[in-house]
Order: sequence, then structure tokens, then C-alpha cells
Amino acid sequence: MAELLFWPALLAYGEAAVAYAGDVRRPGALGRLATWGVRVGWLVQTALLVVQAARADGFPWATWAGSLNLFVWLVVGAYLIWGCRPRFRLLGLVVMPLAALLLAISYAAGGVGASGESRYSTLFLVLHVGLVLAGFAGLTLAAAIAALYLWQERLLKRRSPSVLRFRAPSLATLDGLVGRTVAGALPLLTLGMAAGFARVRDRSDLDPLIGLTVAAWAVYGAFLVLRYGAGWRGRRGAYLAIAGFALVIVLRLGLPTGHFT
Amino acid sequence: MSLVLVGTSHRLAPVEVREQVALDPEAAAELARRLAAGGEAVCLSTCNRTELYLAHSDSEQTEERAVSALAGGEQELYRLRDEAAALHLFRVAAGLDSMVPGEGEILGQVRAAYEAGTCGPVLDRLFRQALHAGKKVRTETAIGESPASVSSAAAALAQQVFGELGGCRVLLVGAGEVSDLAARSLAARGAAITGVASRTLERAQALAERFGARAVPLDRVAEELARADVVVSSTSSPGIVLDRGAVAAAVEGRKGRPLFLIDLAVPRDVDPAVSELDACYLYDIDDLQAVVSESLSGRRREAPRAEAIVAQEAARFRDWLASLDVVPAIASLRERAEQIRSGELAKAEGRLGGLSESERRTVESLTTQIVNKLLHLPIVRMKQAAATEGAGYVDVARDLFGLGEEDGSADSHRQQGK
Repeated sequence: MAELLFWPALLAYGEAAVAYAGDVRRPGALGRLATWGVRVGWLVQTALLVVQAARADGFPWATWAGSLNLFVWLVVGAYLIWGCRPRFRLLGLVVMPLAALLLAISYAAGGVGASGESRYSTLFLVLHVGLVLAGFAGLTLAAAIAALYLWQERLLKRRSPSVLRFRAPSLATLDGLVGRTVAGALPLLTLGMAAGFARVRDRSDLDPLIGLTVAAWAVYGAFLVLRYGAGWRGRRGAYLAIAGFALVIVLRLGLPTGHFT
Repeated sequence: MSLVLVGTSHRLAPVEVREQVALDPEAAAELARRLAAGGEAVCLSTCNRTELYLAHSDSEQTEERAVSALAGGEQELYRLRDEAAALHLFRVAAGLDSMVPGEGEILGQVRAAYEAGTCGPVLDRLFRQALHAGKKVRTETAIGESPASVSSAAAALAQQVFGELGGCRVLLVGAGEVSDLAARSLAARGAAITGVASRTLERAQALAERFGARAVPLDRVAEELARADVVVSSTSSPGIVLDRGAVAAAVEGRKGRPLFLIDLAVPRDVDPAVSELDACYLYDIDDLQAVVSESLSGRRREAPRAEAIVAQEAARFRDWLASLDVVPAIASLRERAEQIRSGELAKAEGRLGGLSESERRTVESLTTQIVNKLLHLPIVRMKQAAATEGAGYVDVARDLFGLGEEDGSADSHRQQGK
């Protein structure tokens, strides 16, 4: 059953990614098609997660691949909040290929199948994994908005004649959104990390994943301090948000450790 | 009933001809009233066109009256009828016939002409559908979204940086006509003109008063920079007015808030090196013209989609107009059928004497339903055929059912048939 739901979800995300690329060349129907792809894909993936949850004897996304599956669902869900608005469709150019790719990786690594055994309680895993992944999803979206900001800023700086063709949101809107999204996502990550640290018993519980998560947290913490304290807005803020995202991606893909096993 | 259009526009007539036939709104309304003469008339007169739309049963005479009302030369007038006239108006309302494709002002002018005209069922329907087509084109295509002039491009770019211009402060450097135009475009989008700097303080004061701004001597413009979000410069100075150092000093205290500089002067007022500064965006006249040119080609790319929408609307109007020819025949047919139904029911009155009130109502309803069902398909087919094949079906129906003939004559046909 989960297999049957995986393919339509991946297909819908892939369709959305391709349609968003087409929408840049010819805005209109393709953009609407892409938005429907995101909606349908997300609903199908929701059904997939429900099936996994119903089948599992505990928290089904504690494995590396399983958590990637949940992460994609959270990223696309967060994107849906803005993605339906025509001026934010360009965000889909960054978000949807990433979502399709990560979902495919999750499937290849067994994230759609049954989860492995974990020595942690389901409640702890829901709190820790759920909150950390929700925080990462928000930070991923912030990085996508920051990328859109840098692209738009480059067009304006280079005085490109086609700068108005893409109907992207203004620099001020994008800059504000990057700040607000990080400000919203970082507390979720903080709470998730706090739940994790509460369960650390001795030094053997610590692994590189924890170290990198702390590093990412520090980058985003610095982002907020510099942005609201020292006026680091615009390009510098966008670069910092993307630097933090590089750590998030390393965390999600580079360290497939048995963190919960 | 026919629809007639007689008019002239920038496509056919030079301004010397157009100005002879141009009318102010009162004169246009008066002409429409005079030309209506038992029919319907609307006069659309703008700087680019003067057009008369008339609906009358006698189309030849109506057209001649319209031609003589427009004093322009015969070779500069176009004459269109029915669907072609409707398509023309829909294209006009959508901005497809304008000098700048997709410009939005024309839709308001079409609405004003409609409201001042002498409208009946045909022109009322025509103009309402034209306004609908104009809105639909603007909603479903991007033909009217991009700027079509240097001043509107400057304002659109400022919006691309700041979003809503509501809280933006604009500093004008130079108090000439170019500054005035750009300022009006920015103010129309919500920006506040806060300062006007000029070498001649009197000119600065005159322009500043118009926008409720402050006049500033040109040598103090560097101090004003720190407070502005948008700077529009258009002095006639032979050299640089705003150098990199002055702008860099202003940017330092802005905590990352962008500064948008529009240099409309030739020779340029703003040091091009300013664009290297972080959070500074500088556009000169060539950059803005390139944006306008790109945006106009974008509008032209959208034109085929807009044309498809107006063609669809024109076809809908043609079908409706054709169905008007069928309306009297349908009314006669229904009337004849009702006469027969009620006549036959009256004849049977004696035999139905024993029926209760409720049973009588049932018989009434039954006979009405039979008549309606019998007539439904022929009426639908008549309407469809009128739209595609003209009035041939209507004539056949008139002949078959004896519509328009005296009752006696229709009855005698029936007798002969027996």
C-alpha cells in the first residue's frame, strides 16, 4: 500500500518541479498546474505517512531514511503556505526539485517501508524528531526564500531589462520573510534539541550529528542576532541563511548514522 | 436589428484629422442622443479615436447619418457591422487597439462612453460585454502588468525593491518636467515626496508645494540622501551631482535599508560607481528604456492570448445578436400555440363540466406542458440556426405555422388541408 502511494507522490512532486520551470518561461497555466502538483503530491504523501503510522508499532520515522520522508512532507507542507500565491511560485523552482530528490533518496534507502527498532519511547521520538524536522523544514524554506532574494537582487543590481518579467515578490518582502521564517523555525529546532539533550545519559550518546546540529543552531542564532541587533539585512542576511542551510543538508544527507537505534 | 460602427483612430488618421472629430464628454453624449433617433447610439471619443456605435433596424440610413456626423474625410473612416463591430469594440476595451498594447485607461473611457450613451438592449449588451472582455483580458493575461513608460518603469522598479511604496520617502533632485512626471508616478503608488532639491530654489519650492514636500538647496542634497529611500535625479547640470562618496556616506547609516536611485538626466547626475555600493540600486535613462522596451515586447507576446479571448466574446455576442431576429417569431409561435390550446379547451368546456376545480387545473397544466414540450425543440433549433445559418429557419417556421398571418387566413389553410 505504501509503495502504491509513494509513486504518485513522487510523480506529482516531479510534475510540479518541471511545471515551475516552464512557468518561468511562460507564466500562467503551467504555474497553476505546478501548484496542483504540489497539493496533490502532498495529500498523497500525507496518506503514505498515515499508512506507515498505522502499520508501525511505534514511531515509524526514527530511521535516517524514514526521517527524510517526514522531512520532505514538512518542507512541502511549509511551502504550501506560500506556494499557492502566484508571486511566490518561483520558490517552487528551489523547493520542489529538492523535495522530489529527497523523497526518491528516502525511498531508495527504505524510508517508505517498515521502520527499525528503537530504544527510545514513541513520545520522545515524536517530540524530538518531529520538532527538529519541523525546524529544519522551516529553515529549508528560509534558504529557498533567501535564494530567491539573491536572484532577484542580482537582476536589479545588474539592471537586467527582464527584471519585471518574472513577477517575483519585492526584495523587502523576501528579506522580511527570510527573517520571520528563521525566527519561527529556530524555536522549534531549539525545543527539539532540548528534548534530545534531556535524554543524553553519558558521552557515548553524543555523535557527529549532534555536533553539526548545534553548529547549524549557532549559525541561525547568529543570523537572528546580527539581523535584529546589527542590521544585517539584505544580501548578507541571505548568504547567512543559505550557509546555515548547507549545514542542514549535510545533516539530512551526509550523516546517515543510527542516531536512534 | 443591426449594429453599425463608424469611426476613426490613430491607426487610420493623423492627429490633424483626429482633432477635428474629437469631442468632449458632453458633446459626445449630445451627439449620441441626436443620432439615436428611435434607436441606440454611443459615442466613444478619446485622444486616439472617435467612434460611433449605433443599433437600428435601418442600418444603411443609420450608417450614412453617422458618416455625416463625423466631419472627417471618407478615406480616414472605418465602417463595420455586427460581429466585426463588436470585435472591434472588444479589442478597444482590452487595449489591443491602443498605441501602447494593453494600456488600462481605455477601459474607463469605454465605461464613461457607455454610461453617457443612449442605450437599448443591443448597445447595453454590447458595452457590458466589452467591459467584461476588457477585464477578462487583464485578469487572464499579463498584457497590462508591465510598465509602458520610463516614469512608470521607475515606479515599478521601486516597488520591486520596497514592495508597497506606502512608507517610502522620495527625494527629487532637479525640479523640471521629468522630475515632475516621475514624482507623479511614484506618488500615485503611495510614495511620499519629501524633498525637492534644485539649483533654483524658487523652482524647487513650486514643485515641492505641489507634493507637500520641502524645498532644499542643491548643495545640501547629500544631507537629505540619508533620509530618502528613492532618489530621482534630473538636473541639467553638466557634471556629476551625486558622487560615490556622498552616497556611500548616506548608505552607511541606513542599517541595510536599500537606496534606489533613478538618474533621468543626460549627462548623468549620479556617479555610475554608486551601483557598486551594497544595497544601492542605480538606474539611468538607458536602463529604464531597456526595461520599457522589454516590457512592451512582453505585452506583444501576450497579445495572441488576449486576441483569442476577445474573439470568443465577439462570437458570443454574434450568437446573441442573431437570436434577436428569432425572438418575434418565437413569440408569435408561442402565442399561436396558446390560442389553439385555450380555444380547444374552451370548446371542450361542456364535456368537462363535471370536473372538480383541482381536476380542471390538472387538465390546464397537462395541455400547457404538451404545448411547451412540442415547441421546445423547434425553438432551440431556430435559435441555433439563426446563429449559424441566418434567418432561413425563421422564414420556414413562419410559413409552416402561418405566423404573422390573419387568424382567418391560417384557419382557411387548415380548412383547405382538410
